[in-house]
Amino acid sequence: MAESEKGLYYIEGMPVPETSKPGEPPKPWGKTQIVGKAVPRVDAYERVSGSAVYPADVSLPNMLYGAILRCPHPHARVKKVSVEKALHLPGVSAIISSDTPGANPTWTYSSGSVEIQSRLFDPVCRFEGEAVAAVAAETPYRAWDAVRAIAVDYETLPFVADERLALKPDAISIHKGGNRVEPTKIYARGDVAKGFAEADVILEQEYRTECEIHSPIEPHGCVANWDGNRLTIWESTQGVYRVQSNVADILNLPLSMVRVIGHYMGGAFGSKLQAGKYTVIAALLAKRSGGPVKITLSREETFLAVGNRPAANMKLKAGIKKDGTLTALDFECLGTGGAYPAGGTSGVDWLVRDLYLCSNVRTKSTDVYVNAGPARAFRAPGHPQGAWALEQMMDALAEAIRMDPVEVRLKNIPSVSQGRKGQPPYTTTGLKECLKEGAAAFGWQQARKQIAESGKKGTVRRGVGMAGALWAAGGGRPPSTIILKLFSDGSVNLNMGASDIGTGTKTVMALVVAEELGANPDLIQIEHADTGTTQFATPSGGSKTVPTESPAVRAAAIDVKQQLLAIAARDLKVEADSLEFKSGGIVSKTDPSRKIRIAELSGLKQRGVVVGIGYRGPNPENKIANPFAAQFCEVEVDIRTGEVRIIRFLGAHDSGRVMSRLTYDNQVFGGITMGIGLAATEARILDGNQTGKMVNRNWHDYKLPTALDVPADMVSLPIDLGDTEVNTTGAKGLGEPVTIPTAAAVANAVYHATGVRVTTTPINPVKLCRLLAG
Amino acid sequence: MENDPKDKEKNPPKGRGITRRRFLKTVGSGAAVAAASDVLTSLGSVEAAPVKPEEVLRINLLVNGQPHRLMVESRWSLLFVLREKLGLTGTKVGCERGECGACTVLIDAVPRYACMTLAVEAEGSEIVTLEGLMHGEELGPVQQAFAEHDALQCGYCTPGQIMSAEGLLRRNPNPTVDEIRMGMSGNLCRCGAYPHIFKAVGRAARLKK
Repeated sequence: MAESEKGLYYIEGMPVPETSKPGEPPKPWGKTQIVGKAVPRVDAYERVSGSAVYPADVSLPNMLYGAILRCPHPHARVKKVSVEKALHLPGVSAIISSDTPGANPTWTYSSGSVEIQSRLFDPVCRFEGEAVAAVAAETPYRAWDAVRAIAVDYETLPFVADERLALKPDAISIHKGGNRVEPTKIYARGDVAKGFAEADVILEQEYRTECEIHSPIEPHGCVANWDGNRLTIWESTQGVYRVQSNVADILNLPLSMVRVIGHYMGGAFGSKLQAGKYTVIAALLAKRSGGPVKITLSREETFLAVGNRPAANMKLKAGIKKDGTLTALDFECLGTGGAYPAGGTSGVDWLVRDLYLCSNVRTKSTDVYVNAGPARAFRAPGHPQGAWALEQMMDALAEAIRMDPVEVRLKNIPSVSQGRKGQPPYTTTGLKECLKEGAAAFGWQQARKQIAESGKKGTVRRGVGMAGALWAAGGGRPPSTIILKLFSDGSVNLNMGASDIGTGTKTVMALVVAEELGANPDLIQIEHADTGTTQFATPSGGSKTVPTESPAVRAAAIDVKQQLLAIAARDLKVEADSLEFKSGGIVSKTDPSRKIRIAELSGLKQRGVVVGIGYRGPNPENKIANPFAAQFCEVEVDIRTGEVRIIRFLGAHDSGRVMSRLTYDNQVFGGITMGIGLAATEARILDGNQTGKMVNRNWHDYKLPTALDVPADMVSLPIDLGDTEVNTTGAKGLGEPVTIPTAAAVANAVYHATGVRVTTTPINPVKLCRLLAG
Repeated sequence: MENDPKDKEKNPPKGRGITRRRFLKTVGSGAAVAAASDVLTSLGSVEAAPVKPEEVLRINLLVNGQPHRLMVESRWSLLFVLREKLGLTGTKVGCERGECGACTVLIDAVPRYACMTLAVEAEGSEIVTLEGLMHGEELGPVQQAFAEHDALQCGYCTPGQIMSAEGLLRRNPNPTVDEIRMGMSGNLCRCGAYPHIFKAVGRAARLKK
């Protein structure tokens, strides 16, 4: 008896979607059987048992450990690197620096059209933590001994570490041509002067968000190993193909000679989208020492050299009519991507441009260089910063016209993407539903009523706050190629290039296969994130992985079903059109007695495997797929100490179809947690006046939210409008919108509780106490 | 997180291990030692050259019930030895400075940061790592609860979270939500799976009964 007949691989009796004909697009799913269910993630066992091997865990025979000497100054010229003493330490096998022949390739920093060519070990270090030399040794302890034994002669240079001073006439120039990355970018529609003239109320306010560090718990790192000219890299990354192309480009190797593997990775949030200098350094050290080299950055290094969410200095002027109609938004932002072009203001103005209906909008974005570590994409780049300004302004406008903050937003719901050329419509705009259903589930009005009735008594004050959001991406797009192998017993292997960065990508894709085939998701074997064995995928980022990959996975499963129907037609001697795919078997539509189990198909037995290929189809033309959100929270503020306790949070998210309920909720809670960090605990502190150095490069002084800083009472409320246009699974991105409105919602709740508007992050007791004292 | 070395002073470990204070005192007062730590402790008052950080010592470690004889440099952390010498990579490296808790293991049933514990000072103690909670290929109850409630995202802090939960439940089999939050507050989760972690620890308490 075939395995499938025992019900091992297939869920007997489970209805599966109709198999579309070859060349025809599949119909939308409608109600699903398995997709969206609250099932544990498919790789939970590996992750809780310790059997999941993360790049930091990889250990190879004869492996050496690398360490990187980094510039301790924010701006310095490297005059001489003396390595003799370090080279003579026992157990040290290789040292590379700018003096090492063949070990100093070009390193390019770029953002948009701006590009700066530098070197791996550049003679000028423009930020604290820039790489100067590197060592491979038999233990990490010995490698750090050697780093300490290298003598570097630096000529320290004057610096500017505060973007607010970078354009002052006396500021030093970090690159030739001054500190502007590019001319100030201006966006405008309508006429803001006219808009302000129509307004009943005009408010203007400055806001600032501090620089945040990504801080994944697995530090950045890799293991590099050469077999002759073939290089294999185990990298903690969001995208193995991106790392492959970066490394091949920098080391001038064919892509076929660089294999990058990234099965597991311990968090990234945008900071592991590309190869790091450490990746190339590990490869160069391994080439010279003849053994594989593992580099795991120290925690301090990760604070300096592998990205951040840059600070944003914002000014917003807004006009509104008494009926809640927004008449004008005028926004300015000054930001920095650090010492090199890195999108210092990228995305910051987007919510002002796009979130609420408004005919007259102008934004100005100025991106400058400072002597600090380059920024990298950080979960919804620019958006939480922009939300901090816009959503506090909306709160203030609502109060000024005596309207409920939810109501004023409901007055300004867009159906088209106003900020884009041609103002294309969205596939779905769930903003209204997020606001309405979120407010109802949270008990928004009752909470506001109760707080109003209890009055401002006592020293602990309650308040509620909310904020809305959208994410400018999250629709997914081609390319993606998926291979689904069906073995001769009917069980399957899913082969995809995408990384599962903790968001549950593998689980979602297994559920998609299970939905189409009626298969048990736990028994699907998944091969992923390996340029040597899996298909091309863009990095997992931009909340696009599920909407990009899931339609391709669905297409691959349909391809398998179509092939099985053709094989069955030959076995049963009927037309393939007259057959339908059922869970575990194929049955005649007209004569149910004519049926065959998958494992009995002669053509399958002969071939041993059926290979289905799925491609990501194009997005709908002239439409925009964006996720929408509204979050609500309640806080308690001790007005004697300035301590804020967040009591509860609710996230209402329109990210299209819920693909996997447990990982969906987990994303919502995780985004809120990270947003609480922006609101209340996190800020990179540079000693701008004296040394230019980062003074809180560790988790004692740079506070991440802990189990005590987040409420146990968090609610995730999915809003699914049944988006049949966005793609063939109906999913929109989730990972980023979940953190966009959070910090602003907290600030609005603090204002509601205290009457104090905190316009700069973080809202910590030191700051709030001072503001409460007036 | 009970990671204060003083705790250990109040409750000296069983057996013939050396405490951090005694080890440091020994090193500081200059024991002529390149031998097992029981020799080291007995030589506490001998005037001799101090142990160099890279000096190799022979130690015995009891990990997950298995005894190991190892040659270690005196400066090596328990974390380094577990991961890179014994291949027990369930214990993760996050900060190596006692901040994140990814390297949490049980030392004599108390959750401690393996990065802040020298391998030599772990001698004589019972060390349990994530792998030690498994029953063959079967998950232990805390691991089971974490899987059921999706109490993880990237999964990298998870081993440390599970070890802290295990330690918490061994000393308090019926924790309240606030006790769970306090008990788990020494373990950072950047993905922010905290609400699911709280639920999982509650579930683990029930599974353990």
